Amino acid sequence: MLEQIVHSVKLLQPETALAVTFCVLLVLDLVVRRKSNLAAWLALLGLVVTAFFVLQQASSGQNSIFFNMLAVDSFSVFFKFVILASSFLIILFSLQSDELNSGTRRLGEYYSLIIALTLGMFLMTGASNLLMMYLSIELTSISSYILAGYTKEAEDSSEASLKYVIYGAVSSGMMLYGISMLYGLTGAVDIYGINRALTEGDINLMALMIASILMVAGFGYKISAVPFHFWTPDVYEGAPITITAFLSVASKAAGFAMMMRFFKVSFLDPTVGNLAMGAWASFQGFEWNQLLAAISVLTMTLGNLVAIWQNNLKRLLAYSSIAHAGYMLMGVVVLSNEGLAAVLIYFVVYLFMNLGAFYTVMIVANKTGSEDIEAYKGLGYRTPLIGVAMTIFLLSLTGIPPTAGFVGKLYLFAALINGKWFWLVVIGALNSVVSLYYYVRILRNMFLKTPERSAEPIQFSFAHVTILLVLLIPTILLGVYFGPLVEYAQASLVMFGIQ
Amino acid sequence: MDVGLTHYLIISAILFSLGIYGVVTRRNAIMVLMGIELILNSANINFIAFSRYGGMQLDGQAIAVFVIILAAAEAAIALAIVLNIYQRFNTVNVDDVSKLKE
Repeated sequence: MLEQIVHSVKLLQPETALAVTFCVLLVLDLVVRRKSNLAAWLALLGLVVTAFFVLQQASSGQNSIFFNMLAVDSFSVFFKFVILASSFLIILFSLQSDELNSGTRRLGEYYSLIIALTLGMFLMTGASNLLMMYLSIELTSISSYILAGYTKEAEDSSEASLKYVIYGAVSSGMMLYGISMLYGLTGAVDIYGINRALTEGDINLMALMIASILMVAGFGYKISAVPFHFWTPDVYEGAPITITAFLSVASKAAGFAMMMRFFKVSFLDPTVGNLAMGAWASFQGFEWNQLLAAISVLTMTLGNLVAIWQNNLKRLLAYSSIAHAGYMLMGVVVLSNEGLAAVLIYFVVYLFMNLGAFYTVMIVANKTGSEDIEAYKGLGYRTPLIGVAMTIFLLSLTGIPPTAGFVGKLYLFAALINGKWFWLVVIGALNSVVSLYYYVRILRNMFLKTPERSAEPIQFSFAHVTILLVLLIPTILLGVYFGPLVEYAQASLVMFGIQ
Repeated sequence: MDVGLTHYLIISAILFSLGIYGVVTRRNAIMVLMGIELILNSANINFIAFSRYGGMQLDGQAIAVFVIILAAAEAAIALAIVLNIYQRFNTVNVDDVSKLKE
């Protein structure tokens, strides 16, 4: 027992580093009374240290620590990198955000909460115990409720946090009820025990179905899938842009990681599936992937159709991120390693293009104070660099070659075709066409409309250009040179407990 | 009559339904939060009942303790947010707090 704990503590280094950073930042905020950016730089330092520990974990093989509480395996390490990269970029964004840095507000607490949020998402990627899953979801949620309302003197932001906390608490409450049913049905609290109980005993399928639907409510809320998406547009519109961008990428990634691990490990039928071929099967009579397929279709269709009518860019990107969650869910539906690899690839691509789009919106909002599509009139002539960058991000979000978004979609659709889900491919492709319409609407405003007389070019500094390039180069590069990414994603599919 | 697992499960199902009903019908943010508390506690009853009657180990009881603590943390955050809403909007009616476009 002692041996197991010592072994576990060693493998918990990244989380420990984050927890220490969080405490240091909290104390620092109490001690340093004047406004400074010290907290941001310390948070970045903490993330770098964490990245170093995650790198060490990458070579430690597949482990389950703290008596099956958390799994430390290639799969969780992959998502930890995605989350770390987005936290790092979000802190850099925050340093430049006028919305956050205006007035006398001190941001020490803000950065410490971002670190707490990152910690929660780290735990979500590895959670292999029902209690751990619930706790990590709550840690993530509670931090993000506060962050969504961080600019609390703004009405938008306050309203966003109220809606977030109500929807979030109800969904996680429903998930908890589902967890309690699952515990009663199987008598186990870790996903390996659940799998064992399902393989051996005869379980009431009806009750199992209800429990799973309740669990999906929790996951669906985290990844903002229809019909648990109601909070998304309001929260994304009201929250500070940096937080919106963070929630749309990192929190979604963590939700997907947890959902994929839960479904794959607990409902895998080892006797039926052809694991060597990378395809697997779920239990007879329990077709949870049909449920996910329905959710996926609803999610992308609703996201894309409603996005057409939006004039506020943050709200438009909120609906677009709902649609992207729908695309990614298709990869989970296939029940094959190919599908999961496609989701992993998509997340890396999505990280760069979505953060890029939000960053551009932030630069424009800093200057014009508006997120309305009208503010983008003639932007392509006023400030060509920003115009061109936004164009590339939007084309990539649509999935047009030779951008990274195309590669993401290509692998998703290929996995679906190999899994013989032709109708889903058709719906996915049709949805991509619909999405082209609203992305191009922004492009039209930027390039085909003349700027108003009073409009000035947007000034930007060297730091702005650097961050823009950091996001822009991968968005283009991954579109033409994606071999290493694909290989890494395919190698990262190993979850603890599945040979 | 002996009280068994079924009775507890029925109670918890009723509590859960009441909680959802409260969340859906009440417009006062505080009442909505009370509905959420009911949902969490119905799950707690489930955990403890399964743990006691299902012949399982103490896992369920341990989970219930964690949930109680989390419910308190969540209520603290939620009440702070509601307080802030009251200062901005002068109301805690969730229907009146909708400046953001539907």
